[in-house]
Amino acid sequence: MSGKVEMLQEKAKEIRKLTIQTIGELGVGHIGGALSLCEVLSVLYFDAMNVDPNDSKMENRDRFILSKGHGGPAVYATLALKGFIPMEELHTLNRPNTHLPSHCDMKLTNGIDMSTGSLGQGFSAATGMALAAKMDKKDLYVYAIIGDGESQEGQIWEAAMLAGSRQLDNFIAFTDYNKMQLDGYIEDVNGLYPLDKKWEAFGWHVQSVDGHDVKEISHAIDNAKKVKGRPSMIILDTIKGKGGYFCENMVASHNMNIDEATWKKAVELVDKEEA
Amino acid sequence: MFEKEDRWLRETYVDCLLDAAAKDERIVLLEADLSKAAGTGRFKQTYPDRLVNVGIAEANMVGVAAGMSAMGKIPFTHTFTAFATRRCCDQVTLSVAYAGLNVKLMGSDPGVTAELNGGTHMSMEDVAIMRNIPGMTIYEPVDSVQLRAIFPQIVEAPGPVYIRLLRRNAVKVYEEGTPFTLGKGTMLKEGSDVTIIASGILVAEAVKAAEALKAEGIDAEVINIHTIKPLDEEMVLASAKKTGAVVTAENHNIIGALGGAVSEFLSENYPVPVVKVGVKDHFGEVGSTDFLMDKYGLRAANIVEAARKAVSMKNR
Repeated sequence: MSGKVEMLQEKAKEIRKLTIQTIGELGVGHIGGALSLCEVLSVLYFDAMNVDPNDSKMENRDRFILSKGHGGPAVYATLALKGFIPMEELHTLNRPNTHLPSHCDMKLTNGIDMSTGSLGQGFSAATGMALAAKMDKKDLYVYAIIGDGESQEGQIWEAAMLAGSRQLDNFIAFTDYNKMQLDGYIEDVNGLYPLDKKWEAFGWHVQSVDGHDVKEISHAIDNAKKVKGRPSMIILDTIKGKGGYFCENMVASHNMNIDEATWKKAVELVDKEEA
Repeated sequence: MFEKEDRWLRETYVDCLLDAAAKDERIVLLEADLSKAAGTGRFKQTYPDRLVNVGIAEANMVGVAAGMSAMGKIPFTHTFTAFATRRCCDQVTLSVAYAGLNVKLMGSDPGVTAELNGGTHMSMEDVAIMRNIPGMTIYEPVDSVQLRAIFPQIVEAPGPVYIRLLRRNAVKVYEEGTPFTLGKGTMLKEGSDVTIIASGILVAEAVKAAEALKAEGIDAEVINIHTIKPLDEEMVLASAKKTGAVVTAENHNIIGALGGAVSEFLSENYPVPVVKVGVKDHFGEVGSTDFLMDKYGLRAANIVEAARKAVSMKNR
């Protein structure tokens, strides 16, 4: 286990560095909500999910939907590390004719299972994927990440109700609960508390874990796979902008400008950090 | 001249779905608590595991259908036209069309045919909304003969199709065995003085109008554009060149749908007068289809008047 934990921590660090670099090189982007995802993406792509970069359309692969599509750059870093896209492609983020747009696009990027960006919609699609997999008795899991701000969208709860009612135990979702949204703190704008009780009331199995602890995330996914007759929500207690000295725990990190000296220093600091 | 069909058009639609589902197991049906309105109970009886009723949540229905399409299914969704379009516009645009997924979206009760459900359920703008979504095909059947012929082509179409379906009895216009192609108009009557281009419940009115115009010495050509997008530009252009004047007739706002599509195309390619018969940019209200067609000017007499105007505008 410890070897795996160290490996996953190392991958999360790589994802974080690449995310800071790709957004930094461009000079602007949704850095905060990307950096809060590094650990969960590491666990999903380097441990939990059955995916193969050499057979990216494999029929019975697990599916992953980033419903908070603006976290795309962290997924692109992960896909590059996993071998779905060339590492050099990360430099093209949001540049003319890129295959890596701000928000995830399944038509452009190898390894992306659903186009997302208009909040709430990816979660319905994920529910549909889990339903279709059940219909065909396919042995696969559908994983989705939603944002805490995104959870203010009514469509999230429409899908949550259906997934709970249809007992989609092949559906494992995460909330990136970083407590901030574009306009401020979640609880000031339109509070979610008590988030765990809400999901329980919709028929979900709910766990709350430290979203920056790969061991806890891994363990929660293992637990979720044992649950029968209910979809799983794993609430990730995260920090917006995690690991970026210039943006950590800052509301302004939702979408911010970053200069060259700043991103280079940030990458250096992440690199030096003890795993 | 025309008689109503014995069965509601929705019954033909469900027949078509059942035939297609028997041949292709990718076909699934999604409802948002209007299964009884669409008459899809027969589908549920035959394929209980292939009908997903998501409850009263249209946006979620479209998103779920998109996800199922991403898993290889061919989902057919249903709700009333108003909710299939204006309520789920963003979901249809992004989760389906932008994502390149293959969902067939059936909207029932177009325009005035929502009858006693009234203004809230009466879509005068649904085609205009869907026309602005890249890659969307829009089909409005005229009668059961046409719907049966076109339906397999909708299943085969690689992308999303919006089916604007009258639920109740259609007026029988076509003879059994008439060939139809999705995306191609149908010539109902050739003529030389003015072209009448009609869709849906206005097709029978257009044929009646052509008869009335004959008595006035105006020789009208009648075309049914059942696929509003992509528009059969070839047929519209050829007819406009022949007659030099066009009337459009539709059960929809005159802004942005059939009349809009024909005007936009001709203004750039062969400008001739185009006079539009349709709902004149106002909301609907409760009433029978007959009452509302009279009140909103969706009758043969209105088409005749429009044709006279179009002819009078030639060479001006």
